[in-house]
Order: sequence, then C-alpha cells, then structure tokens
Amino acid sequence: MNFALDPATAWLIIAAAAATYLTRIGGYVLITRMSSIPPRLEAALNAVPAAVLTTLCAPAFFNGGYDIKLAMLVALVVSLKYPGLIMLAAGWATAMLCRHAFGL
Amino acid sequence: MNRQEIVEGLKGGAIVALSSSPFAVLFGAVAVDNGLSLPEVALMSATVYAGASQLVGIELFGQHVAAWLIVLSIFAVNFRHVLYSAALTRYLTHFTLGQKLLAFFVLIDPQFAETVRRAEGGRTITLEWYLAFAATIYVPWLTFSVIGAAFGAMIGDPRIWAIDVLLPLYFLGIVVGFRRKPNFYPVVAASFIGSVLGYQFVGSPWHVSIGAAFGVLVAALMPLSPPSGAKTAKAGHS
Repeated sequence: MNFALDPATAWLIIAAAAATYLTRIGGYVLITRMSSIPPRLEAALNAVPAAVLTTLCAPAFFNGGYDIKLAMLVALVVSLKYPGLIMLAAGWATAMLCRHAFGL
Repeated sequence: MNRQEIVEGLKGGAIVALSSSPFAVLFGAVAVDNGLSLPEVALMSATVYAGASQLVGIELFGQHVAAWLIVLSIFAVNFRHVLYSAALTRYLTHFTLGQKLLAFFVLIDPQFAETVRRAEGGRTITLEWYLAFAATIYVPWLTFSVIGAAFGAMIGDPRIWAIDVLLPLYFLGIVVGFRRKPNFYPVVAASFIGSVLGYQFVGSPWHVSIGAAFGVLVAALMPLSPPSGAKTAKAGHS
C-alpha cells in the first residue's frame, strides 16, 4: 500500500477540484447577474432535472442486456404507483432474478 | 422542527449513500490500480466529490495523459452542474453567501434531484435538511473510497449482487417523479435520444451534456404555457 502524496498528483487533483467547483457555482453566478429571467430560459431551467437525469439512465437501458432492460421496465411500472425504495427493490430483485435464475 | 429536518435529511441521504457506496469502493480500487496512493484517493474524493468525473480522471491518469487534458475532461463531465446551480439558485435565496458557497460545493446529482423534488413539493429548503442530506452521502463516499483503495483487490464483480443497476434505477425513479411537470414527455424523449446518440457516436461521458442539451433546447423551444410560466415567475422573484 502506497501512503505517499505526490505533489504533482496532488496539484492535479486540486486543479480538478477547482474546475469542478467552478461548474457548481457557475450557474449561480450567471443567474444572479441577470436582473430578470426570460421566460424561455425559465422553461429551459425547469427542464434541467428531467433532461439531465434521463441522460444518466438512458444509456444504461439502451446498451444494457435484457437483465438491465427488464429491471428498468419493472422499476418504471412500479414507480408509477409506489415510493422510491419499493421501486428500487423491485428493479434490483428483477435484475438478480434475471442474472441468477434465468441467466440473462 | 429543525430536528425533524435533520432526520429527514439523514434518511434521504442514507438511501443515496447505500446505492453509491459500491461505486466509491470501485473508484478507490480502480484509482490504486491506476497508480494513485491512498492519500491521493482520499484527497480526490474529498475535494472533487463527483463520482463519474473521478472515474474518468483516473482512467486518463492511468494512460499518462497531459495534466491539463485530465482537468479539462473532468470539467467537461461536470459541466452539467452549471445547469444545476442555475436551477437551484431560486430555492436557496434565503441562504447566506457562505452557506450558498458550501451548498454548491456538495451539489451532486442526487443532491440536486432531491432538493428540486422537495422544493417543488412546497417545502422550504432549510440549511439543516440540505447539509444533513449532503453529509450522509459525503462521509460514506470518502470512507468507502479509502476502503476501496485499501482493499480493492478483495472486491469481486459488482454484477453478482446487481449493484450496478442501483444508480440507473435510482435516477429513473426521480425522472418518473417529474412526470407532471410541463413539457415532461418531449424533454425526456429528446434527452433520451440525445444521450443515446451521444453515447454511440461521441462516447461517454459526453452523452450527458449532449442529451441534456437536447432536452433543455426542446423545453426552450416549446410554446410557453401561461400557468406554469406564471407560477415559476413568482417563485423566481421570491
């Protein structure tokens, strides 16, 4: 196990952290500089959560095997009626069944 | 009341911590595999604190890519946070500047999603809830990164326990929760198509920015609906 902190690597990490923090305050800095928010920008901002979170699960569905596809479809149906944890359990159980009982 | 806020934050964060911990272990293990030391792994999880971009950075680090290119890639993967902080600003207007700067430091995907969900459910976002939720994810993320770095070789394939499906499922559930928002279906369809195309033709992690751009653009070009416009305009001024 290596316990040494290499200065060059540490600076690289700090730079990456600074770049990340810039993205995390960037939107705040931009939006507070505007006196009023145009309605179309407002509509765009309202769409951000659904738009970004879709991109975090779409490729998993599209490129995943039948185990992932089935798990996500089951979770989708369950989530229309039941809270998050039950949805998560249903999807997880589906994936486990697919992998260990049906060998998908 | 504050106590209640903290408890709710801890509960919400625990679910996220549970589903993200395997990825923290994975990150620590992969990082050591690519030449990082244990303190470097801890430093990265503590300061960058953005799972996907940490894995991208590590991947490039292992390939001995130029440092500025690694930083630029991490910046690109994390670019979506600009949208997050822009969209969250209206819910955090009662925070002091210092509280906002701290709040934005821990602004990860689930933090953003849960904050929006809570605020849209009519709840005020208190500092207690926000930080309790954040700390419940941050501390395990850091801890499990270090555990992964120390015992990386002992971790088997995450597929055996279907751990790899948890995060996509988690995000899917949040997307479904937004289904009554204006423009939901066109936005999700556009983001889905955009991210799949981006994934196929440009590659990960660019599919996130490309897909998000598709969805946001569609929302901006849709006919404006008066009721939602009036409601959000009011929220924007408060």
